[in-house]
Amino acid sequence: MSTEALRIVWIYPDLLSTYGDRGNLLILAHRAAARGIPVETYEVRSDQQMPSTADIYLIGGGEDGPQALASQRLITDGGLHRAVNQGASVLAICAGYQLLGHSFFAKGAKCAGLGLLDLSSDRGVTRAVGELRGDVDARLGLPPLTGFENHGGRTHVGAHAAPLARVTAGVGNDGQTEGAWAGKILGTYSHGPALARNPAIADLLLRWSTGADRLAPLDDSWADRLRGERLAAAGAV
Amino acid sequence: MILMVWQLAVTIASGTLAGVTDGKMPLIAKVATSVSKTAAALSRAAGRGDGSVIGGWIGLKIDPDLLAHLSSGRAVALVSGTNGKTTTTRLTAAAVGVLGRVATNSYGANMPTGHTSALAKEGHTPFAVLETDEHYLAQVIDATRPKVVALLNLSRDQLDRAKEVAMMAQLWKTKLAGHPEIRVVANADDPMVVWAASGSPQVTWFSAGQRWHDDSFVCPESGHPIERAQGEWWCTGCPLRRPRPSWVVEDEGVIDPRGDWHLVKLQLPGRVNIGNAATALAVAAEFGVRPIEALPRLSRVTSIAGRYAQVDRDGRNIRLLLAKNPASWLEAFDMADQAPTLLSINARDPDGLDTSWLWDVDFSPLRTRPVLITGDRAYDLAVRLQVNQVPFRHVLSFDEALRSVPPGRLEVIANYTAFQDIRAELDRVN
Repeated sequence: MSTEALRIVWIYPDLLSTYGDRGNLLILAHRAAARGIPVETYEVRSDQQMPSTADIYLIGGGEDGPQALASQRLITDGGLHRAVNQGASVLAICAGYQLLGHSFFAKGAKCAGLGLLDLSSDRGVTRAVGELRGDVDARLGLPPLTGFENHGGRTHVGAHAAPLARVTAGVGNDGQTEGAWAGKILGTYSHGPALARNPAIADLLLRWSTGADRLAPLDDSWADRLRGERLAAAGAV
Repeated sequence: MILMVWQLAVTIASGTLAGVTDGKMPLIAKVATSVSKTAAALSRAAGRGDGSVIGGWIGLKIDPDLLAHLSSGRAVALVSGTNGKTTTTRLTAAAVGVLGRVATNSYGANMPTGHTSALAKEGHTPFAVLETDEHYLAQVIDATRPKVVALLNLSRDQLDRAKEVAMMAQLWKTKLAGHPEIRVVANADDPMVVWAASGSPQVTWFSAGQRWHDDSFVCPESGHPIERAQGEWWCTGCPLRRPRPSWVVEDEGVIDPRGDWHLVKLQLPGRVNIGNAATALAVAAEFGVRPIEALPRLSRVTSIAGRYAQVDRDGRNIRLLLAKNPASWLEAFDMADQAPTLLSINARDPDGLDTSWLWDVDFSPLRTRPVLITGDRAYDLAVRLQVNQVPFRHVLSFDEALRSVPPGRLEVIANYTAFQDIRAELDRVN
């Protein structure tokens, strides 16, 4: 890997890519390139060693079996832990979000997570499926979160992490809060291509990893229309 | 409405019982069959639909075992999988038709209500070919006792409610392993299908290709990665690998188990449909139909419930392509001509409420074509196309799309309810 380009790793697409997760990689690469930032993207499969020198790591959603397997392999590999200690940013979605915590449930069994976020997940009585909307933690300076959620988990955020948003429609972690963040790690139940509806989160990750205070604005008129439509749809339910 | 249909149906049915059903059926099944047919006819006459569901719904309310009663005495083939079911069912029904009358659910009504309607409507036929929703395959096997089950492919579809791909393959595998008498006709190119069929003693493998690999990177048996090269695939951790197919697509034709190549002339576009034809020939062969007998019938199939239909309007030749999930979008780009293309996306109940799958489709083949977008969820598509660097224009209606393109071919690619909306604009073209 060269040192000049922004390096983005998509973690284990062979295991955790059920819901258009590739979209987040495409969107980050697109938005970086549009600012003239050179980008290198890597898809690291579960039988490969996890590099520890990239700038942004993406981990997506998946079924129970692959989720448990991915967590085991990441713990054994250690590359993601080293990367985070060196200041890398992480965006974790759904099953990937759960496995960053201390523990989660897959196929009825409690599984060890990576412990990179202070949270733990268990199973809810019902599956949360539908539009999700929330007001993002003011310290992040972001507009409202919009997403589509589809998960059976309930997540309890500990003292060393903060909820990403306060839920205004949908379920998220527990009907009250949604997602979590700490340092440069973000996790959300807004599944799949979460950045398509939330380009400001994509830019936050780019700012974190480039050190830039601000980035040149892009034409987000289509994303804005999509956001307006989905925020209204979540409110209407 | 339903109550009214019911009352009318019972009245009419009482006079028409004798001629319509098998004499060996229980009385309740005869009543249910007759009511079912009448309700369907009334639904059509009232302009409420094509009658392919309501008749079966009422019939099954009267006799829960009606599908089993209607199936008995027929040689049944079920066609299931994520994509290509409707087309393959139509082609298979055409091929089996060489031997005699075939009952089939040709409108894509692929759950037990649709099967019941289709069988009730046709009266007694020696054969039935039924498109079967992949979630209902196990249940429909129990009810219809099929001679042949065709398994086409398994990939992600409607994820906000569908069972995950591996779980579906497991359900198929368990059910088929418990029915060794069923002849399975299965796609050798799809690891999930091969695994699902691997417990059956009588499998005929066909090769129709697999353009979409993202749901079968991991072996369902061992969890190890699956490798692919030169049309073969194999698990790196267990013996599961591509079986040797006895029906193979080659060039514009199909090689049969004897090694003879047959030219397949279809009015349906794309290599995908040659694959569907190969499957139909393989299923029909299980009933004793030879390719040379079936092929002329396949070449007469023009369109299926609007799919591939061509309509001329205002100097434009509009062709309708249905694409419901990532795998079928890739196929649609392959079938469509280099011509102005309208994409329409909805996310209503039958489509699945989630549009994430748009990011699993690479739209770059459209960069060289003028692209228009519309539908309830056009903005989701707009953001996707922007990142995919595909120029497009948003239109608010089908009419606006039509006015925006020059005379000549307009390709329309739409997902399920968007497709039905456009089909309604074109007077429910079949």
